Amino acid sequence: MSPKTLYDKIWDAHVAHEAEDGTCLLYIDRHLVHEVTSPQAFEGLRMTGRKVRAPEKTIAVPDHNVPTTAGREDPSNMTEDSAIQVAALDKNAKDFGIHYYPVSDIRQGIVHIVGPEQGWTLPGMTVVCGDSHTATHGAFGALAHGIGTSEVEHVLATQTLIQKKSKNMKVEVTGKLRPGVTAKDITLSVIGATGTAGGTGYVIEYCGEAIRDLSMEGRMTVCNMAIEGGARAGLIAPDEKTFEYCMGRPHAPKGAQWEAAMEWWKTLYSDDDAEWDKVITLKGEDIAPVVTWGTSPEDVLPITANVPAAEDFEGGKVGAAQRSLEYMGLTPGTPLAEVEIDTVFIGSCTNGRIEDLRAAAAILKGKKKKEGLRAMVVPGSGLVRAQAEEEGLADIFIEAGFEWRLAGCSMCLAMNPDQLAPGERCAATSNRNFEGRQGRGGRTHLMSPAMAAAAALTGRLTDVRKLS
Amino acid sequence: MDKFNTLTGIAAPMPMINIDTDMIIPKQFLKTIKRSGLGVNLFDEMRYDDDGREIPDFVLNKDAYRDAEILVAGDNFGCGSSREHAPWAIKDFGIRCVIAPSFADIFYNNCFKNGILPIALPQEQVDVLMKDAEKGANARITVDLETQTVTTSDGETMTFEVDPFKKHCLMEGLDDIGLTMEKAPAIDAFEATAAQTRPWV
Ligand code: SF4
Repeated sequence: MSPKTLYDKIWDAHVAHEAEDGTCLLYIDRHLVHEVTSPQAFEGLRMTGRKVRAPEKTIAVPDHNVPTTAGREDPSNMTEDSAIQVAALDKNAKDFGIHYYPVSDIRQGIVHIVGPEQGWTLPGMTVVCGDSHTATHGAFGALAHGIGTSEVEHVLATQTLIQKKSKNMKVEVTGKLRPGVTAKDITLSVIGATGTAGGTGYVIEYCGEAIRDLSMEGRMTVCNMAIEGGARAGLIAPDEKTFEYCMGRPHAPKGAQWEAAMEWWKTLYSDDDAEWDKVITLKGEDIAPVVTWGTSPEDVLPITANVPAAEDFEGGKVGAAQRSLEYMGLTPGTPLAEVEIDTVFIGSCTNGRIEDLRAAAAILKGKKKKEGLRAMVVPGSGLVRAQAEEEGLADIFIEAGFEWRLAGCSMCLAMNPDQLAPGERCAATSNRNFEGRQGRGGRTHLMSPAMAAAAALTGRLTDVRKLS
Repeated sequence: MDKFNTLTGIAAPMPMINIDTDMIIPKQFLKTIKRSGLGVNLFDEMRYDDDGREIPDFVLNKDAYRDAEILVAGDNFGCGSSREHAPWAIKDFGIRCVIAPSFADIFYNNCFKNGILPIALPQEQVDVLMKDAEKGANARITVDLETQTVTTSDGETMTFEVDPFKKHCLMEGLDDIGLTMEKAPAIDAFEATAAQTRPWV
């Protein structure tokens, strides 16, 4: 048998039909649904009289535009249009008989955090969601694609997706990370190296010692941002850490089924002599704590660097950098560590898991945020929130002057009331620094939870390694 | 779905790279539960000031481009969020074709589901089309999906690649859910086998 990559293996196990030109119907094992990209898809089903083909494989949770403040079970505490979308999801979940975690449920949270937490996401599966950060689930060795609303409707109706196979790309991160460097720094550094279009047309598999050393939370952070590098999906081969994470989760298999699953899961790795269309290698020890300076996730620099000038770039990037610098209100040559911030946002599907909150709390413990600064922690799910309270992390955040919120996407995309005002500058653990992403005119610097916590203490972008 | 065959129209130049879907349609307009009506908010934050007045410099606010049906843009168009509201807004504005050196994957797929033709051409050719588009309303670009060609107002013709299946669906305006449902026996068979081999799914 010819050698295969992990992607090849999962792909081959899910082709339900292949046309002569190579167009495939890929069978979908898990379909995650949220309130913003699904209403038109359900409306499409109603208009054509179609049903959800596999409601038992379909899971819905409202997350994008729900408020993260108390009392949100009451729709009158939501803006009218948000309430309409949430009500539509309530109704669609009920009418079509799919699994549902309403805002009143402690298991509610960001869809990409809830899926793994509840054991819906398992190795070797195909997972889709009408959301580009579906790539997150690749951390389990699951092939996870973001899809558009028409495709959501297609998967609801047929449990398949029309796909052509992507190319294979290997991103190897060798060796050990230095102290203060985290999964977020890895994933941002990879994008810095490849550019936001570097992964277009590929499925990335992340491997190497630095990746293997990461916890499942860290691996999810890495895969989450595969899309920011342009890739359709990111993958990490499952190993003992993966199996341990999955074991005992509510929807993970049990008993004999678990054994059978394990037997297959253990074959899910890229063969030694598998062929790759593209290979990128980074040395773990070369990666520094990084921040973004511009309005594209590829605008990454070590925190020790200075704000670049447009002339440092080439081609179309010169104009883009010029525009970014103006938008971000930054002067070339300024040390990044001198850039002052107004807001800190810790949360999102990139960094809203328990390990992220622990990392931030470790920096904040016994300290206070800089006066006048707004700081917010939004746990990725109700269960993450409860665990953080149990571990005493919530108290650390509250004593440090942070707002301790309920779960949701919140200021990652600012569809709910949590937004930046024009010109406000935010240290954020989310994944996108696009113009207006966190509020019109808002300026976003992406970084790890530890770096965001450090920024909260000093009121500027800060090298977490330099905090005593 | 609307069919796409040929189109001759005004092309609006947007010589920026990495135009993301947040720029195409900012999130405050994602709260709709409909597909229509998003055209007025296309490129909202570049197009209107804080008081909702048009920013005269923005290309689609210039008289020459108000009726643009083609958009010529820089590398990596449509990156970022998977929101299909982006192609919905583009279509609702009246644009049926986007030409750029490269597209983000999800956006590219979403276009075909909505009767929009995304065309990827080498940078040099996009540069020629960008210049042509900058001439304004008198310069009309022709796109022919059947022959897979783009013709400038000066008559220069370029050919582009497109997946045959996607081309077929777009030219015929086919509903791909209907097409897939015709393959239900294959899906049934797959499910029956998977129930044996991967029962935990
Ligand atoms: S947290 Fe942000 S990136 Fe993640 S699903 Fe929500 S809006 Fe999207």
